[in-house]
Amino acid sequence: MEKLLRVSSSPHIRSQATVSSIMRDVVIALVPATLAGIYYFGMNAAIITVISILTAVLAEAAVQKIRKKEVTISDYSAVVTGLLLAMNLPASAPWWIPVIGAIFAIVVVKQMFGGIGSNFMNPALAARAFLVVSWPIEMTGWIAPGPDAVSTATPLGMMKEGASEALPSLMDAMIGNIGGSMGETSALLLILGGLYLVYRGVISYRIPVFYVGTVFVLTFLFNGFEVYTSFYSLFVGGLMLGAIYMATDYSSSPMTARGQVVFAIGAGLLTALIRVYGGYPEGVQFSILLMNVATPIIERYTAPRVFGGAKK
Amino acid sequence: MDIKIFTKGLYKDNPIFVQLLGMCPTLAVTTSAINGLGMGLATTAVLASSNVVISMLRKVIPDKVRIPAFIVVIATFVTIIGMVLEGYFVDLYNALGLFIPLIVVNCIILARAETFAFKNGIFSSFLDGLGMGLGFTIALLILGSVRELLGAGSIFGISLLGAAYKPALIMILPPGAFLALGILLAINNVIKQKSAA
Repeated sequence: MEKLLRVSSSPHIRSQATVSSIMRDVVIALVPATLAGIYYFGMNAAIITVISILTAVLAEAAVQKIRKKEVTISDYSAVVTGLLLAMNLPASAPWWIPVIGAIFAIVVVKQMFGGIGSNFMNPALAARAFLVVSWPIEMTGWIAPGPDAVSTATPLGMMKEGASEALPSLMDAMIGNIGGSMGETSALLLILGGLYLVYRGVISYRIPVFYVGTVFVLTFLFNGFEVYTSFYSLFVGGLMLGAIYMATDYSSSPMTARGQVVFAIGAGLLTALIRVYGGYPEGVQFSILLMNVATPIIERYTAPRVFGGAKK
Repeated sequence: MDIKIFTKGLYKDNPIFVQLLGMCPTLAVTTSAINGLGMGLATTAVLASSNVVISMLRKVIPDKVRIPAFIVVIATFVTIIGMVLEGYFVDLYNALGLFIPLIVVNCIILARAETFAFKNGIFSSFLDGLGMGLGFTIALLILGSVRELLGAGSIFGISLLGAAYKPALIMILPPGAFLALGILLAINNVIKQKSAA
């Protein structure tokens, strides 16, 4: 009589996933691209990454201590924010850039709005926007890969200025041997991490695929139907990092499947428009932030009909 | 005369930190401490004078057309203040620009005219206008000082944080206004909860 027949309320089958298992998967997925960034951009990249993660975790613990809430730094979410922020910085940044950025991301964008699951924007991306607007010189000190830290323009910056003959090859752009933020350059490794996340069920394929697809189609139209340039522009700049790791943030992107498609197409549209017509060479961060803000509206209009409920 | 009519505008019913009125000049002109102070004092002058005149005329103005009548009175004082600023404080006049004529539609002034001056005597209306205006000035001065300190490293143009400080430009740009105001409101709420408990 050990096995009593029990009836409990649903759900009867629970997912094994926890916040920390999901966040751990994201960290695992980001490790190859981070290592590539450190390989290409040298010691300073490693130092910035460590500073950024440490500050994010300490800031989270400090806020939760002050607010007398349970300290949840062991769920890895602050680690992910710190790591994503570091990957969005130029490797030449001075030490206080990741410190201020991580504090802004955790304290203002995440904890002030209620902590994990309540942030209305991606914290790392909002912090990057804060840093870019505040310290434009420090935040665009792009250096070429290699030990000498020679300053260079990013491929998107070159395209914006029409210096397309100086562009690195497609192969270099794919493996990350180009100027840019330290974690965004290795497109192939970022895609590899993304495939791991989709395989583990952490993210859905919808946002990255529709996002990148929209950018490709629009760049194709804007660039006079040149397949190579359009294809090339997918692997430079922050598109892969943004589409796979930032736009898929749970709390700031839609939950519904149709909503995710709308979100991704909107972000792709804005990215392509900013890249072609905007003042900045790259539009990924502002497009994702804008779509983050639009998420509640998207969710309201894409809510699935309740099964058996009345038709509208 | 009840002193509370004057003091309530300074903190307890502060137009910015409590009533959240007049957000347009608050967010737009507080890029520096001097702009905040200038805008606050100009508004105070208009508010106190228009409160007095509206209180005087409250028995004459027909109820149905009171809002247009208020606007005419307020616009008169705004024009005077605008000319005074242009004549004696040209730098401030240029810095505030469009936001001086916009004092006409500042909702704090209309709100005080409607809720206080139209129902109360001349002297208490003056005190009310002065208190609310100074409360507005204090709020703008705090906001302007915070933004100037973080965004330019100085207050009233006097460098405080030294040359090693790299100013956070965002604080003197529009997003900085929202960030600073939001954080100041949060701090104010914490102080209030602490003092109530």
